[in-house]
Amino acid sequence: MRYALLMVALFLAGQAFAIDGGRAFEDPAQQERYERLIRDLRCLVCQNQSIADSNATLASDLRREVRDLMEAGQSDEQISRFMTERYGDFVLYRPPLRPRTWLLWSAPALLLLGGIGIAVLVIARRARAARANPAVLDEEPDQT
Amino acid sequence: MRVPLRFVLPAIVFAGLVVFFFIGLRLNPGEIQSPLVGKAAPAFALESLGDPTRQVGSADFAGRPWLLNVWATWCAGCRDEHETLMAITRQNRLPMVGLNWRDDRALALRWLDQLGNPYVAVAFDHDGRTAIDWGVYGAPETFLIGADGRVLRKHIGAITMAVWERDFAPLLAPQGEG
Repeated sequence: MRYALLMVALFLAGQAFAIDGGRAFEDPAQQERYERLIRDLRCLVCQNQSIADSNATLASDLRREVRDLMEAGQSDEQISRFMTERYGDFVLYRPPLRPRTWLLWSAPALLLLGGIGIAVLVIARRARAARANPAVLDEEPDQT
Repeated sequence: MRVPLRFVLPAIVFAGLVVFFFIGLRLNPGEIQSPLVGKAAPAFALESLGDPTRQVGSADFAGRPWLLNVWATWCAGCRDEHETLMAITRQNRLPMVGLNWRDDRALALRWLDQLGNPYVAVAFDHDGRTAIDWGVYGAPETFLIGADGRVLRKHIGAITMAVWERDFAPLLAPQGEG
């Protein structure tokens, strides 16, 4: 039991490692804003991590940049423009809505509608078949 | 004979996926189009690698085409492309400026000493801020800046003579060779 607890504790401790070596903001609201901003920026060296998750040098440089821009009083939009001017929209984990991303943004709704459409068709066809010939509902072979 | 739709449809979907993956899997996700191409090159003024009392800046090269090569001694691709950089410089068509990115000064100087120095000047970007202004994310990266101060071309990764002849050299002709 004791070992089990130790294992659980060690497992949880993995979450506690801080990648970010920089000092925290004095103001908790600013710290929260900083953490939100760096979570939404992609690390370009290690493309499936945000700059909050990555310990690449570039990621830490970009965190420093975000911190400095915040301390210079820049808004979220200004900070994200600073990044996209240099690295393109790819650096954003939330791509902006523009003509070439319409399909990307509407894909979940389109897929859902398509799925509903197919489900309705299938159900309607089965209902029609069942009305025409109730025996099809029992087409499972009887094993008993 | 008419083939039922439920046989044809999966075949069409499959063909669509083949096309999608054929294109998608051949793209290199490491190559991100730089938003900088076509825009004014970011200005910088940094310490010279060889002499901390001297400055190397983008203004020094304004008015003619020049190359900016981002390199570091910790970068394996930089070593691979070094011979090509030397060959480009030997062509004597335009000045090549180095941006030494997050590196150790002594190591960088030794590198140039041992492998040869293709640069007219090397800026020492110790804290990586200039590299961020240029949208650098993986050395080596090479930029061609036109006489009008705009970025004409960016190459990510080790440059080869084939890349140089295909992507860079044609852009030099109409600009007039510095």
